Amino acid sequence: MADSPVVTVHDRPNSYIGRSVPRPNVQRLLHGRGTFTDDIKLPRMVHAAYLRSPFAHADIKSINADAAKAAPGVAGVFTGKEIAELCEPWVGVLSHLEGMRSPPQYPMAIDRARWQGEPVVAVVAETRAQAEDAVELVEVDWAELPAACDMTAALDADAPVIHEEYGNNLCWERIVDEGDVDAAFDQAAVVVEDEFTFGRHTGVTLEPRAIISSWDPSEEQLTVYMSTQGPHMLQAIFAKHFGLEEHRVRVICKDVGGAFGIKVHTYGDEIATAALTMLLKRPVKFIPDRMESFTADIHARHHTIKARMAVAEDGKILAIDFDDLTGIGPYSMYPRSSGIEINQVLNLTGGPYTIENYRARGRVVFQNKPLMCQYRAVGHPIATAMQEALVDHAAQALGMDVVEIREKNLVPDDAYPTKSITGMPFDKLSHHAAKDKLLGMVDYAGLRADQEKARESGIYRGIGFACMIEVTSPSPMFYGVGGAPISAQDGVTLRLDAKGNLIVASGVTEQGQGAEAVLSQVAATAVGVTPDKIKIITGDTEITPYGGGTWASRGTGIAGEAAAQAGHALRDQVLEVAGIMLQSEPRKLDIRDNAVVDADTGNERISLAEVGRVVYYRADTLPKDYQSELIATRHHVPKKFPFAFTNGIHCSHVEVDVDTGVVKLLNYWVVEDCGTVINPLLVEEQVRGGVIQGIGGALYEECLYSDEGQLLNGNLADYLVPMAAEMPDIQVGHVTSPNSDSELGAKGAGEGGTGGAPAAILNAVNDALLPLGARLTVNPMTPERVLRALGKTE
Amino acid sequence: MKPAPFNYAKPSSVDEAISLLDGDATLLAGGQSLVATLNMRLSAPDLLVDINGLEELSGISVDGGTVRIGALTRHRELERSEVIAAQAPLIAEAVPLIAHPAIRNRGTVGGSIAFADPAAELPACLLALDGAVEIAGSGGRRKVGAGEFFRGLYDTALEDGELITAIEVPAAAGNQRFAVEEVARRHGDYGMAGVMASVTVNGETVEAARLVYIAAGGTPMLAEGAGAALAGNAIDEASIGAAQSALEGDLDPFDDMNSTAATKLHLARVMTERALKRIAGA
Ligand SMILES: Cc1cc2nc3c(=O)[nH]c(=O)nc-3n(C[C@H](O)[C@H](O)[C@H](O)COP(=O)(O)OP(=O)(O)OC[C@H]3O[C@@H](n4cnc5c(N)ncnc54)[C@H](O)[C@@H]3O)c2cc1C
Repeated sequence: MADSPVVTVHDRPNSYIGRSVPRPNVQRLLHGRGTFTDDIKLPRMVHAAYLRSPFAHADIKSINADAAKAAPGVAGVFTGKEIAELCEPWVGVLSHLEGMRSPPQYPMAIDRARWQGEPVVAVVAETRAQAEDAVELVEVDWAELPAACDMTAALDADAPVIHEEYGNNLCWERIVDEGDVDAAFDQAAVVVEDEFTFGRHTGVTLEPRAIISSWDPSEEQLTVYMSTQGPHMLQAIFAKHFGLEEHRVRVICKDVGGAFGIKVHTYGDEIATAALTMLLKRPVKFIPDRMESFTADIHARHHTIKARMAVAEDGKILAIDFDDLTGIGPYSMYPRSSGIEINQVLNLTGGPYTIENYRARGRVVFQNKPLMCQYRAVGHPIATAMQEALVDHAAQALGMDVVEIREKNLVPDDAYPTKSITGMPFDKLSHHAAKDKLLGMVDYAGLRADQEKARESGIYRGIGFACMIEVTSPSPMFYGVGGAPISAQDGVTLRLDAKGNLIVASGVTEQGQGAEAVLSQVAATAVGVTPDKIKIITGDTEITPYGGGTWASRGTGIAGEAAAQAGHALRDQVLEVAGIMLQSEPRKLDIRDNAVVDADTGNERISLAEVGRVVYYRADTLPKDYQSELIATRHHVPKKFPFAFTNGIHCSHVEVDVDTGVVKLLNYWVVEDCGTVINPLLVEEQVRGGVIQGIGGALYEECLYSDEGQLLNGNLADYLVPMAAEMPDIQVGHVTSPNSDSELGAKGAGEGGTGGAPAAILNAVNDALLPLGARLTVNPMTPERVLRALGKTE
Repeated sequence: MKPAPFNYAKPSSVDEAISLLDGDATLLAGGQSLVATLNMRLSAPDLLVDINGLEELSGISVDGGTVRIGALTRHRELERSEVIAAQAPLIAEAVPLIAHPAIRNRGTVGGSIAFADPAAELPACLLALDGAVEIAGSGGRRKVGAGEFFRGLYDTALEDGELITAIEVPAAAGNQRFAVEEVARRHGDYGMAGVMASVTVNGETVEAARLVYIAAGGTPMLAEGAGAALAGNAIDEASIGAAQSALEGDLDPFDDMNSTAATKLHLARVMTERALKRIAGA
């Protein structure tokens, strides 16, 4: 092996790290040449549509599909029972969430439907339109049952019990009790208390979920094209539940039009679509339409929390105590479980601060609504909003400035490595540096002066801060330990082709966030090629190294590191063979700009294309006892820490129209420390997009239900997503505390924006309303709720 | 979200369109409301009669003191029309609040009036301006005043087999003042509340005020009590307050997903004050 003088990827000449290199896939997408799952048409392909339960809770007494079967173009109609014969049910619990329970779930309802939108009958036809026509002809004899919809009432003694064998609707409960909380509250100068409600919302990916399943009975091979975040996870799941060997299942993920955590679960309609191809021996496409997606995709977030904070005279936070309840639908989602969201709230709340006394209870309840599970920033928006609203509340009670109280309590930057009160180990965070950087971007004194002045003319502006931590790049401690087929490691293979180009294959997937750009930049840098020489391959279980895919802000921190290590290995291989060709010591050579050069002078000795030509076509010119290799695979898994925590601070400036209740977003600032920044443009766009998704939760998005469990606003006219016209400018700054668990030093940056925005906006709105004595503790902050807080409507 | 199967016809004259309306047929204009209901299978007509391209239904003209707007005139044409800006400034002010440019490019005046959404701007403008709807059917042509046209929730004076050919509004007079005030959750959404105000003044004194509210009942709601409270008075704190008080009797809002009836009434009062203050300042 070459004895290279280059130590790390950071020492490379011509580095692409830290540069806003354009994404390799951007031209293709902008030219409309992307290949989304719906663009794929297989020979003899048919289309599925599902009859879904119109009721939140109902027995299926009988199904008559005769008319549907006879309808034009129909290839087959199948009930939940027929699908279940092909496929094992699943149970969405993780063993490390002790005591969690959830019954076996089948792809489609059998005998009883437990949420409005649960698939009941699958209809397959030559076109989706014909399938929908035939769905209308299926007759189901329903017997509606009392439903447990309201999550707070789901634990009441008289609530209908969804799974009778459990006796009640509790799925999981966790209690944390650290320090002496009661004593801390007794000593407190001030105790503030709030009751928070966070609305249930959903992911609304621009491209809906999408799947084409194709069964080849001759080879017992299942090929699944899918818009997904975790091809290998789904490969394992399809194999397990259909009783196939994993190498008989190939999952191919082409372009993905947004995912946000929506596309990393096991959906009954997708598993059933795989069963349909086995039954019909024809490829089957299923793409839920927008209205279906509203009741078929996972929902997220819904929490009610009673919380209090004890604070000393000098502003020191003494204790936090809260009780959180969340409703997850009738099952815990498989395989990630629906317990992680609340688990994160219990783990993360208070994380930026030095807190010695902490008590929390989290309860997860079953209810007759769509399943709830991990969505961008899992638990963070809730934990951060609760914690930050309490901090502001305490500052008010003490008459202290909201920045000052944070300065007093943030964990000092020189305290690392350290642990939070809930046992979260922190490698290196930078709360104070981030806050200082933010205060350099925000004219805080100026905003306060403007606020004073505006109030005189009846204009109410507010400034809200939010300090936060973010879980990124998790180790197997997240899911693997709980028994889920979710890989925390990821691999990257680099191969030099005969023309000196670099082919990069990775287990992470691209969903619009720029994972491929990061892989390209790291590989280019580590090997010494220019990005135009690189081809990236992701999203195919048959040709990429095994890996977990894209979730929990892990692509850069984990696959990025694997790319760096694979790059070193390939570079060594190239220098070794080049050394033989050039009769030079490999360590005196380097690779720069697609050529092997003298390390000292930088003078070109031989191009990579020439190396490729000789290795692949003229190996006869190399020594007979020497075999060259121009391919290297490396994997990476976090080892030192269970998570690569990052930190950030947000500031929101708003104006509240106190007569209409409309909140106008004037400006927004974020400072984020995600370790080494590989591509500033991509990080900043992740932060901005994330903030906008957080704004959705703070101001607009909520799945509204009738008492009977009917979704009232399941369309994009009534379910409001944030839109460009209302969005503020978002200014992003960086502090860099490299991840010590890797050479690259990168952590994740995909979710911090979403985690912090609801908190900052909540605080800003409350700051605006402070002189009017109004306070909101609810998301989204709709005009109606703002007016109610102001006492202007009943 | 695929519509149920339907037949399609594209007539070349209004008379042919009318003849096709005999049976389970629905007119297709801009399609911005209809196509969504078809795709959601909320309606499944046998026949769609596509009136796009019927020249006789398009165009804006002024004749004497009357502005005539053909039923197929797109929202976007209204928005860009100098005639509308000069002769029907209330409409000019309201149209940019309808949805987004892509929808305004397709959506038509006739479709909006026929659909009669109580939160829509154009029906409210038509009523505030005391305009009329021109209707054609197999029985001939007739004209219905805006006050009689809007009957109830999505219910109008249009009979089966009839279509709207145009609307008419009186051209703005020198002593008329107009204002539109609306509050929506996001830019382009249907308003949670709003007022289309047409006020005739004599110097400082209000001669007549037609304040029409969106999202305040089953139809666009003309606030007669508020109008009476303003008539004969200058626009000042007292008359604004009286008009606001009268709204409780004038309007009949209902709860919806965004807000309660009480909130809508509150917002209608806020919009009233803003519109009247703007008119008084002009
Ligand atoms: C996202 C979105 C937001 C919107 N926001 C607003 C808004 O804020 N404010 C607003 O006012 N509107 C809004 N609209 C509705 C839009 O203005 C529609 O264009 C309008 O309501 C209907 O006009 P159309 O030409 O598209 O009619 P179509 O959809 O073609 O038809 C609607 C109905 O009218 C009937 N019809 C059409 N033309 C005639 C005619 N000449 N005679 C008799 N019947 C006829 C049709 O048969 C159908 O029943 C919105 C629409 C969308 C999609």
